[in-house]
Formats: sequence, C-alpha cells, structure tokens
Amino acid sequence: MRRRPNYLAGAGSLLWLFLVGLPLYVMLAATVRTRQDYAENGPVSFPDSFTLENYTSAFDSGFGQYFVNTLLVTACVIGIVLLLVPPLAYAIVRSRGRTTSAIFRLFLLGLAIPAQAVIVPMFYLISEAGLYDNLLGVILPTAAFCLPMSALILSGAMRDISPELYEAMAMDGATPRRMFFQLVLPLSRGGLSTIVVFSALQAWNGFLFPLVLTQSDSTKVVTLGLYNFQTEHGIDIPGLLGAVVLSMVPVLLVYLFARRALVQGLMGVGGK
Amino acid sequence: MTTKITSARPAAGPRNGSRRRPPASSATKVGRPGFAWALPAAVFFALFAIVPLIMVAVLSFMSWDGISSPEFVGTDNWSRLMDDPVMFKSIWLTLLLTVLGVAVQTPLSIVLGVWAAGNQRNRAVLSVIYFIPLLLSATAVSVLWRALLDPNFGIPAEATWLFGDGNLFGEQATAIGVLAFVSTWQFTPFHTLIYQGAARAVPQVLYQAAEIDGAGRYRQFFHITLPQLRNSMITSMILMIVGGLTTFETVLILTQGGPGTDTTISAYYMYDKAFKGFDFGTGSAIALALVVAATIISLVVVRVSGYDKMRSTMEGVS
Repeated sequence: MRRRPNYLAGAGSLLWLFLVGLPLYVMLAATVRTRQDYAENGPVSFPDSFTLENYTSAFDSGFGQYFVNTLLVTACVIGIVLLLVPPLAYAIVRSRGRTTSAIFRLFLLGLAIPAQAVIVPMFYLISEAGLYDNLLGVILPTAAFCLPMSALILSGAMRDISPELYEAMAMDGATPRRMFFQLVLPLSRGGLSTIVVFSALQAWNGFLFPLVLTQSDSTKVVTLGLYNFQTEHGIDIPGLLGAVVLSMVPVLLVYLFARRALVQGLMGVGGK
Repeated sequence: MTTKITSARPAAGPRNGSRRRPPASSATKVGRPGFAWALPAAVFFALFAIVPLIMVAVLSFMSWDGISSPEFVGTDNWSRLMDDPVMFKSIWLTLLLTVLGVAVQTPLSIVLGVWAAGNQRNRAVLSVIYFIPLLLSATAVSVLWRALLDPNFGIPAEATWLFGDGNLFGEQATAIGVLAFVSTWQFTPFHTLIYQGAARAVPQVLYQAAEIDGAGRYRQFFHITLPQLRNSMITSMILMIVGGLTTFETVLILTQGGPGTDTTISAYYMYDKAFKGFDFGTGSAIALALVVAATIISLVVVRVSGYDKMRSTMEGVS
C-alpha cells in the first residue's frame, strides 16, 4: 500500500533539523576560527580563518587532566555496575523469595530519587569518610545512582531468556551459580552492553556530585572544567566551544560503536 | 535445540494438578538463586542513596554550617521556609518550567516520533543528527547555549529583528523562555525516540482496516496512533515531570537563578542555600520537599506503567 508522503510532518521535521543543526554548525565552525573572526563576522557566518588554537587552548587550561580524571571515574563506575548489577538482575528475574521482591521494589523507588535530594547528606557522609576532594568520593555515589536504571534494563533483558533453558540445566543438576555463569551471562550480552553504555554516559556527564564533592584542580572532571572555563573565560567563546566539542568526542566514539545498545536501552525506558 | 528440550519437559514432571504454573522449576526451588545474589547491590545502594535519603529528613530539623557539628533546632528551618517568599516563588517557577516542558515537548516529540517511525528515505541520516543533543551532557548543552545566546557575540546580536536588544537573560519572561527552549532542545530527541519505538509497535492491521473504511491520515492519527501511544505517553510525561523537577545545571549555568531570583527553581534554591549560604539545614528541608514530590511521581510510575507487575509475565507464558 503506497501512501502519499506526509508533507506537514516532513516540514516539521526539517524545521527541527534546522533547530538542532544550526547550533551544532555554529559550534563546530566556531572552534576552528580565530576569536577575532568570530567576534567580527558573527557566529552564523562561514569561517574565513582556520586554526586549531581553540583546541590547544582547552588543553592548556587543564583539560588533559580533567579527561584523565573523568576516564578514571567512568571506568570505575562501569566496573562497580558490572560487578553488582548482573547478580542483582539475576535474582530479580529468577528468585522466588520475598526479600528479593522487596529489594526490587527498593530499586524501583530508587529510580525517582534525584541526586539533588541527597546531595547535602552525601556531602556530610563523604566528608566524614575522609573522601572529600577525592575521586573515590565521586565514583561511589555516581555508581550507586546508576544502579536502579541498570537493574531495570538488565532484568528486562534477562527475562527474555527462555525458562526451558533453565529447566534443562536444572535437570542436569546445575547450581544457580553455574546457571548464572554459563547461561545467564552469555545470553544477556546485549543487556550488559546497554548498561555499560548507560552508566558510561551517566558517569561521563555527571556534574552535581563532582561540583559538590571535589574542589581542587587535580580532582576536577570534564563537566566541571567546562563550567569553570565558562565562568573564568566567558568571553573566549571559540575556546569555550572547543572545550565543549572535546568533551563530547569520547561520547560520540562510544555512540558510533554502541549505537544499537544505546538506542535499545533508551527505548526500553519507554515501556511497551 | 530449544524445541528438543521443551518436548522433553513433560516427561520429567508427570505430576497432575499443578497446572496453574509451568511445571517443574516453578513448583520447586531447585536451581533458583536466593536473595543473597541481590544483597551486595542492595547494600551498596542503601548506603549511598537510602541512608542519605533518611539523613536528609533528619538534617532538615538541624542547623548545620558545614564545618561545626549539626545541631538540633526542631522545626525552625521549616517555619523559616514557610515565611520565605523566595521558597514559594521557587516552587511556582519549578512547576511553571515543568508544565511548560511537558506542554511543548509532548506534542513535538509525538509528531516527530510518529514521523520518524515511517520509512522515509533520509530517516537514518536525520536520526543521527537528532541524536546529538542526547549525547551532550546538560553541562555542555547549557554552556553551548549560553555562548550561542551571548548578547554581544552570539546569535541575538546578528538577528536583532528577532531578539530585540538581545539580552535574553536580563528579563524574567525571556530568561524562562530560554530555559524552556534549552530543555526542549536537549530532551525532545529522547522522547521522540520513545514515541518512535511505540509508533513502530502499532499493528499495521489497524491502519489497513482504517484505510478500507476510508479514514484519512489525520483521522488515523487521532483515532489509531494517539490511543495506541497512551502508555508511552504516560511514561514519557512522567520522565519529563521528574526531569523538570530536578533541573539544575541548566539554571546554574544559564541564569544563576537570575535576574534577581526570577529563575530560582527549587533545586537551584536548595544548592544556593546549602552550598553558597552554608545553611545546610534549610537546604535539606528544600531537598526533602523535592524527594516527596519525586516519590509520589515514582509511585505513579510504578502503578501506571505496570513495572511492578513484571512478575506475572516473568515465565514468558504468553
């Protein structure tokens, strides 16, 4: 059945494309022009100079260090999530106990706890634990706040494993542990990559925990670096936008390699 | 392989009368993990989310400057907030921005999502570009728009016919407009994606039947597509509401709550009180109010979306 093209929706989507595309063009163009060119010819014009100075100046103001810190935070958060969530999701899907379903409910409730709501006591706890201005003090709460959504995504993926497979293994006398390692983990690779991408995005883009729980330059992460760059050299717009572009490069790379996992994970949020 | 196992099953469990569930494994606990598997995650989560959540309630009855030890002051923080005009203004602004966000983003993302669910030729390219705002952190988005909307060097300076004197951050109405616009810019792609997925799942039979009955495109949209998107719409709107209540970076970076306190939303007010004014008790009280709002919404999420009923579909009976 061939349908007439939907001109109205097409026009709307083109308008939206313009709204998204124009800022992205201005951003990318600005990062390769000199400050003078940007100020004189305005943001929307075509660059008549070419320079990579905006990127090098971002590195000069400490972004190299911030990148290393953010990478460290992201890697540790992914590690914690991968260690804790698969057994949790396995129990949610397979366990029959009351305790497990209480724990599941706890995580469902946790979905709605905003980081802002707990930031004051978090500041207190982290200071008392001697972790203030320490990357570990950022890693732990960030990982904790990745758990609810990761548990939801992964348990969704694990539900797709056919019960017959478990029963076959049970007949062979397999223990829950063996089922976990030989059946559940290999079959939920898709879900696992989704939660890796999801937690990586959370950790990479995290702002509030680092803002409140760290102070010195040596523990600064990329998002804070952007914020500081903006408050300190707000007039150097090409330099600032260079830093913004740099901050998204790793995410874009992950996106290129894990597009499917990301899209599935995000769609999973919407429910059926 | 799977079919072979399935056919082997009835022979292994020849009990009659236990037909309400699939036999064998569900009836026994053999091969089922205990709650110990969930425990490490639960303890970790409790330590870094639930304990602070309880503490925020306790701290809201204390006075604490961040340096000396917290001191119990009863309902002082609360009664002070009750008399604080900025507090009420911040609640009003939070609600306003949230409602604006839902009102603008919902129709936009439904239309874009339904459109993207069709099979246009350039869809792949377009959806890659749609995606980019999703990948940018709220910080990067806010910094980007702050730069783009700079009154002297940004887009407003070029398009004075549209922006007037160009200082969008200097007046309440335009500052709120900017905040709503930036959230829309950032989050519409996400919701579009939700609707795109849902629109793809609408059974084609419905459209074919409607076509035979002679229903036009718009009648099909309003009588088939929209009702079919109901569940996604609820989930998406709840996510928008929770997101709206907890917006923070956008305000911190774009307006610092200004001009004056004209864009001071609750989350920003909490941060301002606690970490700039060193009044952590009052900050906690505001945070607690946020928690209550978010929890009520989460309960609605769990009820409406049926997340808590997943148990029933667990064994994949259907």
